[in-house]
Amino acid sequence: MLRRIAGLLRPHLARLLLAVSASVATELAALALMGTAAWLLARAAEQPPLAALSLAIVGVRAFATGRGVFRYAERLASHDAALRALATLRGKVYDSLVPLAPSGLPAYRSADLLSRMVNDVEAVQDVVVRVLVPVSTAIVVAGVAVGVCAVLLPSAAVALAAGLALAGLVVPLLMVATARRTARRLAPARAELAAHHTDLLQGSADLAVFGATATALDSAERASARLARLERRTALTTALGGAAAMLIQGVTTVAVTVLALDARSSGGLAGVMVPVVALVALISFEPVLPLVPAVQRLLESRASLRRVLAVLDTPAPVAEPGAAALPAPSAPVTVEARGLSVRYPGATVDAVDGVDLTLTPGRRVAVVGASGSGKSTLLACLMRFIEPSAGTVLLGGRPVQEYDGDDVRAVVTGVTQDAHLFHTSIRENLRLARPDATDDELLAALETARLRDWVESLPAGLDTLVGESGGQVSGGQRQRLALARALLADPPIVLLDEPTEGLDPRTADELMTDLLASTRGRTTVVVTHRLAGLDAVDEIVVMEAGRVVQRGTHADLVAADGPYQDLWWASRPVSSPS
Amino acid sequence: MVDVPASRRRRIGGVLLNRLARRLLAGLPAFRVVTVVFTVLAVAAAAAILVQAELLARLLADGVLSGPSVSSAAGLLGLLAGVFAVRAGLSWAQQALAQRSAASVKAALRRQVLRRTQELGPGWLSGQHTGGLTTTLGRGLDALDPWFTGYFPQLFLAAVIPVAVLVRIAVADLASALIILVTLPLIPIFGALVGMSTKRATERQWRALERLGGHFLDVVAGLPTLRAFGRAKAQAEQVRRIADEHRSATMGTLRIAFLSSLVLELVATLSVALVAVPIGLRTLNGGLGLEAALLVLLLAPEAYLPLRVLGSQFHASTEGLAVAERCFAVVDASGGPRPVGGSAAPDAAAGVRFEDVTVRYPGRDEAALDGVSLALAPGERVALVGPSGAGKSTLVNVLLGLVPPTSGRVLAGGVDLATSDLEAWRRQLAWVPQRPHLFARTVAENIRLGRPDATDDEVVRAATLAHADEFVRRLPQGYETPLGERGAGLSAGQRQRIALARAFLRDAPLLLLDEPTAGLDAGSEAVVVEATARLMAGRTVLVVAHRPAMVLDAGRVVTLEHGRIAGPALSAGVR
Repeated sequence: MLRRIAGLLRPHLARLLLAVSASVATELAALALMGTAAWLLARAAEQPPLAALSLAIVGVRAFATGRGVFRYAERLASHDAALRALATLRGKVYDSLVPLAPSGLPAYRSADLLSRMVNDVEAVQDVVVRVLVPVSTAIVVAGVAVGVCAVLLPSAAVALAAGLALAGLVVPLLMVATARRTARRLAPARAELAAHHTDLLQGSADLAVFGATATALDSAERASARLARLERRTALTTALGGAAAMLIQGVTTVAVTVLALDARSSGGLAGVMVPVVALVALISFEPVLPLVPAVQRLLESRASLRRVLAVLDTPAPVAEPGAAALPAPSAPVTVEARGLSVRYPGATVDAVDGVDLTLTPGRRVAVVGASGSGKSTLLACLMRFIEPSAGTVLLGGRPVQEYDGDDVRAVVTGVTQDAHLFHTSIRENLRLARPDATDDELLAALETARLRDWVESLPAGLDTLVGESGGQVSGGQRQRLALARALLADPPIVLLDEPTEGLDPRTADELMTDLLASTRGRTTVVVTHRLAGLDAVDEIVVMEAGRVVQRGTHADLVAADGPYQDLWWASRPVSSPS
Repeated sequence: MVDVPASRRRRIGGVLLNRLARRLLAGLPAFRVVTVVFTVLAVAAAAAILVQAELLARLLADGVLSGPSVSSAAGLLGLLAGVFAVRAGLSWAQQALAQRSAASVKAALRRQVLRRTQELGPGWLSGQHTGGLTTTLGRGLDALDPWFTGYFPQLFLAAVIPVAVLVRIAVADLASALIILVTLPLIPIFGALVGMSTKRATERQWRALERLGGHFLDVVAGLPTLRAFGRAKAQAEQVRRIADEHRSATMGTLRIAFLSSLVLELVATLSVALVAVPIGLRTLNGGLGLEAALLVLLLAPEAYLPLRVLGSQFHASTEGLAVAERCFAVVDASGGPRPVGGSAAPDAAAGVRFEDVTVRYPGRDEAALDGVSLALAPGERVALVGPSGAGKSTLVNVLLGLVPPTSGRVLAGGVDLATSDLEAWRRQLAWVPQRPHLFARTVAENIRLGRPDATDDEVVRAATLAHADEFVRRLPQGYETPLGERGAGLSAGQRQRIALARAFLRDAPLLLLDEPTAGLDAGSEAVVVEATARLMAGRTVLVVAHRPAMVLDAGRVVTLEHGRIAGPALSAGVR
């Protein structure tokens, strides 16, 4: 995995080197500042002429200034490299996601997972700024310090190298092992606590009504106390890492001082060099001490990066024909599903099981059924988002597999499930479907979706920002915008997946009526669980557990015993005539 | 929870602990002890720093001037090693104590938040993102660790060490002490000045950054839509361009934001140079001994270090404070049920009457229930039907005491529920919700929810009546089988039958059923309907129904539409 991360970072090698160089320069300036200052004092004590000190004085001032400036350069350079790596990774992840959305990746079934994935991508930033640069710096600075000591006093260099290796390598690795063991011990307590939280937050009504809230709170608090007790106990060991590194720093400094004093008395080292060697040893630990948190950070980021790499490796659910693709089909065109079955990877039953459907030009079909009955999967198959596991979809008589996926979706498209409004203007959101549309065409589509008056009443009109933080767009307006967009695309076959999802009943019925009116004469498939207005479609297909259990016109189905009649009955006021 | 006197908290915190942090610390059971120990540790750390510098300066000065043998310096060397060991020990004690405090505060915070969520109740929780709240209370709170292990103990170090170091330097060399005394305050002053002068610029830029940073999530989330319109590939270029814009905009912000660290770093290192060069010159003149000069050189950086570290720890710990803020937002959330004060004893067996009950949810135009009047005679079975969103569940929730009427009242045995003892009222209810929550406990414990003292025989009997016994016995550990998170592993029909067993065991005079067969396949539905019919016998029943099977057993059918009772109440069977 490290190799692949290195591969991702390779294009930014030059900038990373710049960042590491600046960081090394910062630490070396600190080292040189103390070393030179110590030499300055020691030499001054020998009462030489002032000229003998002038270079050291200049050095002290230069290193002092240099440290601040280098630090600034390092922070800018490392963030620049990290952000460039982030930009590259975002591009790569986007490219990998294109063939996966929405059916090839579990993340597309949950907004939480999706935003976690986007956050995971940002972990690459942390790896650069908080792991890569500090670790490289520590290695180089440690090497330089040992080198300086080797020139002045080889025995001290050996002691220093041993100390640095212990504090910079052995201690972090031990701490990582400890952290893993701690995590394993804490994991069951955390899981138990999370289960209590879920029970209290999602089962609060059941608890309240059955008078069990107090008991449940007590046992959640006991679980919380158990976790806190474990955490307090493990604190004694996890706090050891930093202390151990400090102790090694001290012992090494004392050892180097002993060696320096010894060499001084035996004449192997000039007196003025004693404080230089000792202080270089002491200060050279400064970039090494933060390695414990750096390694922990790497472990945390590794999980994120692993998930990102998994996304990059996920195979596309649909194979494209490439150069062998048939030319795009031209309207009018018939779409047929024959014995269509879909089974998701890892599932034991088919999500869609042997469905037949024929859409001749102008025909309008409604697919109804409970959630999870396979309606959306059927549409995903027609839009060539997923590959059927059995049966075929024919487009103008040819299997869809022979067309380019984008060409299929130019013919069969519309309002997908959770149609997304982008955080941009209404105009840009609509023009997504037809980039060359004029404002008049946009307004005409809005008119059909019965949104024109609303848009024209907005101060910014078509330039009004919508989307996640656009605010002030109700659920109904959102769905109508999605509908206007689908109408603007004007595909030969319009798909409408749960266009009234999440709307209150009155709005939903109004929208459904408008929808069916605006698609009159177009080939249309509408997926819904509301039955209002379905007497206007040519055929209703009732699905249960992936299978078609009933089909026919509204009048036929209402008259016959079966799930449609149940649904119809349940969704109608009893007193009104059916 | 120990309440910390406000005066004491302010004294410790001052400006460095904002209101939020002070509130956080109030969750620490042994707040006084912890602050005393941290103070003692900081004083000890300062003493160790002074002794270490003293010993090192003497050893190194001797090494330069006389070159003592290692054996003659052995005493000093041993002491120096001892001081290093003491410093390591102090650092360990401080970190261990900080982590232990963090664990205690997190537990206290969790307790506060959980208690408050239950007070606020299911109505409030249904409007929340409970998954996010679970994460916040679990992993999310760990973000507080850096605040406790980094910033908080550093406060004590930053208060003690610079003063101690400055006093010691003043004793050794007054001139150097003066230089440090003048430059030391520059760190907070420059920090504040640079911060203030760049604040507006950075704030404006952060807002722009947020927008650019959000773009990637926006595009990724909208990718299915982009593909539906054949725009996915065309957007790839845009993604790269915006990511690059994000980078250059961020760098623009950072160039300013890092200025403060440049200034602080410069103040600290230049001050060391400002101290080192004059003492070098005075050592040359013989005005200052080498040992004193080395002592000043070794101590000078120690005066600046704690303040600089404090600044960086503060930034590293802001995420934790944001999590704490989210927790306190729950604790401070307004709403929740009416205050429990009523003591009147309602009697469910005497029938229930809704009198002109209206419920409005905040932020919605339409009333969920609009002047509903309805009576349930003792022993009567009423089916409630109507399109989804018509107010059926709200009506049941009012009866359960989960949602208070905005106006109007509900009487049980002539007692207004609003003035009655809610717990006593609920003891007379059994409820089978549409999607019952199964708890992460054993099957038996789940059935016992409403009667924890029921015997095993009673549990089995209730399960048998609910047609649950037959599948429970086939589970790996029977009634002792633990149910996974949210009862995973059971089908919807089986979950419904566990809920029915709960209601059987509860054996209450008033039974509320909310679409107990919704989402079940035909086979499960028949079993659940059969068990439900048995459960209804001899009780007053209000059943929210979708399917004809549930309604046929009812004595009366009431239709709700847009929060109102529509048309005349019809008897079952009429369509």
